Amino acid sequence: MNSPLTEKLFDLLKQVTGYIYPNEIEVHWGILVVVYPYLTGLVAGAFILASLVKVFNVKEVQPAYRLAMLTALSFLLIAPLPLLLHLGHPVRSYEIFLNPNFTSAMAMFGFVYAWYLMVVLILEIWFTYRKDLIVWSQGETGLMRWVHRAVALYSTDISDKAVEFDKKMVKGITIIGIPSAFLLHGYVGFIFGSIKANPWWSSVLMPIVFLFSAIVSGIALVLFLYMVITPLRKEKIDIKCVDKMASFLFYAVIVDFSLEFLDFIHRLYESEESINILSDLVMNKLFISLGVLQVLLGMLLPLGMMVAIRLFKFEEELRKLLYFVSAILIQIGIFATRWNVVIGGQMFSKSFRGLTAYKMDIGGMEGFLMTLVLLSLPFIVLSILIKVLPPWEKPAKGTTEGGTMERSVIG
Amino acid sequence: MERRRFLSKFMSIAASATVVSGFFKRAVARTDGYDPKGHYYGMGIQIDKCIGCGKCVEACKEENNVPKEPFFFRTWVERYVIKKDGETSVQNTDMRIERSNEVFTERDILRSFFVPKLCNQCDNPPCVQVCPVGATFKTEDGVILVDDERCVGCRYCIQACPYGARYLHPERETADKCTFCYHRITKGMLPACVEVCPSQARIFGDVKSSASPLGRFKRMNKLHVLKPSLNTEPKVSYSGLDGEVR
Repeated sequence: MNSPLTEKLFDLLKQVTGYIYPNEIEVHWGILVVVYPYLTGLVAGAFILASLVKVFNVKEVQPAYRLAMLTALSFLLIAPLPLLLHLGHPVRSYEIFLNPNFTSAMAMFGFVYAWYLMVVLILEIWFTYRKDLIVWSQGETGLMRWVHRAVALYSTDISDKAVEFDKKMVKGITIIGIPSAFLLHGYVGFIFGSIKANPWWSSVLMPIVFLFSAIVSGIALVLFLYMVITPLRKEKIDIKCVDKMASFLFYAVIVDFSLEFLDFIHRLYESEESINILSDLVMNKLFISLGVLQVLLGMLLPLGMMVAIRLFKFEEELRKLLYFVSAILIQIGIFATRWNVVIGGQMFSKSFRGLTAYKMDIGGMEGFLMTLVLLSLPFIVLSILIKVLPPWEKPAKGTTEGGTMERSVIG
Repeated sequence: MERRRFLSKFMSIAASATVVSGFFKRAVARTDGYDPKGHYYGMGIQIDKCIGCGKCVEACKEENNVPKEPFFFRTWVERYVIKKDGETSVQNTDMRIERSNEVFTERDILRSFFVPKLCNQCDNPPCVQVCPVGATFKTEDGVILVDDERCVGCRYCIQACPYGARYLHPERETADKCTFCYHRITKGMLPACVEVCPSQARIFGDVKSSASPLGRFKRMNKLHVLKPSLNTEPKVSYSGLDGEVR
C-alpha cells in the first residue's frame, strides 16, 4: 500500500545524509507553518507602526495610520487559516478554545488571538471610524448607507463630546494594543523558543527576534502598500510620511540585525553539542535561504540603501525608488527568516548526526499554490475593507485642511 | 449607552464560554477492572544483550497496528559502529530501509553495539507540556498516552520530543507513540517487544518494586538515560550505554 505520502518519504530518504531518527523523515511543519508567523508578524508590525501615530504622536505617519490599521486587521483575519489547514483534524480545532492545556504555549493561541482581534484591532478601528461612518451614511443611499450604518452599530451621536470620547478610547486602546502586539508575536516566538529538544529553536532571544522582525516586516508592508495605493488613487505620495516610515524601518532593521547577530555569535561562542550539526545545516541546507535571501538580500542590501539615503542627499524620486525596493527586499528577507526558523529547525536530526530534506508540493493542502492563495487572501480582504472603510476619501463635513483628511477627522 | 451595552454583552459571552469550558474533562485512559494505583512502569535495556534481530520492532508493529513503512516506529533498533579512526556510523537496523553498502572490516572497528530505542515515558514529559488540547497525557501509572479522539494533529508534541519517538499516524492523522503496550500491561501481560526479545535485552516492570526483574536490573547495573541534560527524567534506563549514543 504505497500512498503518495510514503512514496514521497521513500524519495526523501535518498536525500538524507548521516543518521536521522526513523520518525524524522517526515517534515511535520511545512510551508503553511512558515506562512503563519509571517502573517502574524505583519499584523503586529503594522499595528505598532499605527500606534506610533496615536501614542507617540508621530504626525508624519498620520496619512498611513488608517491603512496600517486595516492592513493589520486583514492579515489577522487570514492568519489562523494556514494553521487550521495544517491540522490533521481541523474540525477538532475548537478543542483549543474549550479544552486548553494551560502548560501549552500553543493553547494560548485562542486567548491571544481573540484578545488582539476583539479588544484591540476591531475596537480601535471602530472608534476611529465611528464618526465618519455616521457622516458617510447620512450622505449616501442604497447598500453602502446600510453597510455603514450597521458597521457603526447604528450609533448616531456625533456631538463633540462623543467624538472626544472616541478619541480617548482610540488612545487608550492603542496603549493596551502595543503590549498586546508584543504579546501576539512574542508568543509565536515562544512557541519555537521554548522547545528544548530543538537547539535551533531553543533560545530565550527567539520571542524578541520574532518581535523585531515582525516590526520590520510590518513597517515595510505598510510602506509598500502606501507607495502602491497612493499613485493608483492618482494622489501624490507624502514624502514626509514615507521618509518617516523608512526611518523607523531603518532603526527596526538595525535592532533586528543586532539581535540576530547576537544570537549567532552566542551560539558560535558557546559551541554546544549541537554546533557541528547546526553549522552543517547553515552551510548546506540553509545557505541560499539564510545566507543569501535573509541576510544579504533581505537585510544588508536594504540596510545599505537606507544608510546611503542618510549619508547622501538623494532627491525625492530616487529616495522613493530605494524605499520601494528596500520594502520588497525586506519582505523577501523576512519570509526567508520564517522559513529558516520553521523548516530549518526540522532539517537536522535530534540525534545531531544527520540532515534530512524538505520538498514542497506544487498542489495540495500543503503546497505552493495553496501558499500563494493564503498570501494573497489578506490583500483581497484589505481591498474589501478599503472599499467599506476608505482610509482617505470623503472628508467629513466641517473639515478644512487641504491635505489628507485623516488629520482633520481623527487627528 | 449603546457602546456600554455592546461591551457588556461581549464580556458576558466571553465569561460564559470560559464557564462552559470548565465542564469538559481531561483525557483519561480507558481500562476495565484495572487499578492504576500502586503501579509505576518503567523499562530497562541491556545494551550488551541486544543482538539487533529486530524482533521487537516487528512485534510492536504487529501488536499496535503501526504502519509497516520504515518511517513510522514506536520502537526501533540502532546499530552503532565506532571505528578506530574515531568515526561513528549509525544505522537503523530495519530491513525495509535501503542501506548504504558500507562494509566494515574487523580491523577498522573499535567497538560496535545495538541500541533499542522507544518512547522514554519521561516523568517530566515535554510532549505533555506542549499539547494544546491535553490529548497527550500521563496516566496514574506513569505511562504517556495519546487520546486519538481528542488529538487535533498539530504535531507540536512531535517537535517537542527530544528522542524522535513520535510520528503522525498516516491514516488517523493523530500523533502516535509507544504506550508500553498499555492494553497488555493493564491485563498483567508484558509489552510485545519485551515478550519477543530472544536475549532478554528488554526488562519491563514496576520502577518501585525491588523484587522484580527490573528491580534486579537496577541493582546489578550502572545505569544511564538518554539526554539527561534535558531534564525529561526518562523511565527507560540503559545499562552499558555508550557516550556516542544520542
